[in-house]
Amino acid sequence: MPWNPLQLIGHVVLAFMATTGRLAIFTGNGVRNSVLPPFYFRLIGRQMLFIGYYSLPVVGLTALFTGMVLALQIFIGSERFNAENAVATIVVIGITRELGPVLGGLMVAGRVSSAMAAEIGTMRVTEQIDALTTLSTNPFKYLVAPRLIAGVTMMPLLVIIADIIGVYGGYLVGTQKLGFNAGSYLTNTFEFLEVIDVVSGLVKAAVFGFIIALMGCYHGFNSTGGAQGVGRATTNAVVSASILILVANYLVTEIFFAGR
Amino acid sequence: MAEPKISLTGVTRSFGPKHVLRGLDLDIAAGESVVVIGGSGTGKSVMLKCILGLLEPDAGSIRIDGEELVGRKFEEREPILRRLGMLFQGAALFDSLRVWENVAFGLTSTGAMKRAEAREVAVEKLAEVGLGSDVMNLWPGELSGGMQKRVGLARAIATDPEIIFFDEPTTGLDPIMSDIIDELIVDCVKRSGATTLTITHDMASARKIAHRIAMIYEGRIIWAGPTSEIEESGNAYVDQFIHGEVEGPIKLDILKP
Repeated sequence: MPWNPLQLIGHVVLAFMATTGRLAIFTGNGVRNSVLPPFYFRLIGRQMLFIGYYSLPVVGLTALFTGMVLALQIFIGSERFNAENAVATIVVIGITRELGPVLGGLMVAGRVSSAMAAEIGTMRVTEQIDALTTLSTNPFKYLVAPRLIAGVTMMPLLVIIADIIGVYGGYLVGTQKLGFNAGSYLTNTFEFLEVIDVVSGLVKAAVFGFIIALMGCYHGFNSTGGAQGVGRATTNAVVSASILILVANYLVTEIFFAGR
Repeated sequence: MAEPKISLTGVTRSFGPKHVLRGLDLDIAAGESVVVIGGSGTGKSVMLKCILGLLEPDAGSIRIDGEELVGRKFEEREPILRRLGMLFQGAALFDSLRVWENVAFGLTSTGAMKRAEAREVAVEKLAEVGLGSDVMNLWPGELSGGMQKRVGLARAIATDPEIIFFDEPTTGLDPIMSDIIDELIVDCVKRSGATTLTITHDMASARKIAHRIAMIYEGRIIWAGPTSEIEESGNAYVDQFIHGEVEGPIKLDILKP
């Protein structure tokens, strides 16, 4: 059969529309089951521990070194037009508005989305999800809702901690290496910081938490074909969560920017 | 005639161009043990998944105690699901739960029973399938295939269901363990009086646990009758299948070297 470019485009468009539709239905189901009772508090707690507590080291280290590097880079840049005093302010705004939530989100996406996709994917291919249904347990309520709830609630908490550690990283470099006075560095840090800087970062974190959990669950739930399928689901979960985080980051920033 | 416990009428289900179920009819009376036999890809598992609501049929009717299941949402189907038990081919035990939690899952997940109470029931059910309390706190991954099947059976009967489904209960087990599982199924069913539907291609198992055998071929039931009559079914497809002969009306798509 001759190669038909129109047919190929048609296939791609149809596949995209089908995937979008499936994801929309999955999201709707997930959200509905997350807000309506009954709630599996034990499972929600377990997921909170997994997403929140166990992600602390990786998010903390990321924030610490990001804050340190940021201070160095901004110092180099601002020194060129004698604006070294702006280092502390730019570090805190950069961390709270952007780097804390985004880098934290990407790190958690790598750690959590993949684990969720692998766990749920394995449950899918070994018929454990079917078994849940036959035991009159809604798989969305049992598997998806606890993860979505934990993702949305834990990511902002993680980002608050990341913000503090990131700013501390900048402070360390600023005072120990760049010769800033500790008192004036802290004054510069908080003097120009606005509530909206922190709030916009936390809103982003909640959105990213939702995306991370949703992608892990969606790809795990729809995995097929045994071990290879689970591997594919894991990769797809991390890649799609990371890309969606970057897209959502722009959209949320745009929304907050429009309010100015 | 009394209303069948399970009734499938004209059930069809396709996957793209592949028509798996093509108007399947099957009635199962209360307390009856029916085994559906058939080769791989003939629609056995799809039929079972349609009854359980894991797949939605394209057309047809599936009734349990006269109540229509097709087109019902999960929430509407839930009261019926509570009256069912299911033993999966690979046992499908939850990796993240200990053995007793797996067995007690149907009791605790719906909030019907407290954990301590459900644990006691799990001990009883495990004893019914020949497992001692020493396996209670093990993880499913620490059990052999046969033990996993037995735990799966204990989970299936834990809620004292009215209907139990068995999906290839003896596949992958050695002959002795297969016989043990068959005996357990017969015992459990006798004790509980449950209606059962089993799908298998293990004829020894089918003969042991079935009151009635039905054969599925190309998405339809082509023969059904008492187990004692299967040898004289007069159906060439059934004869070929139960004797495992290569020659006959059933053609497998196998490339010869």
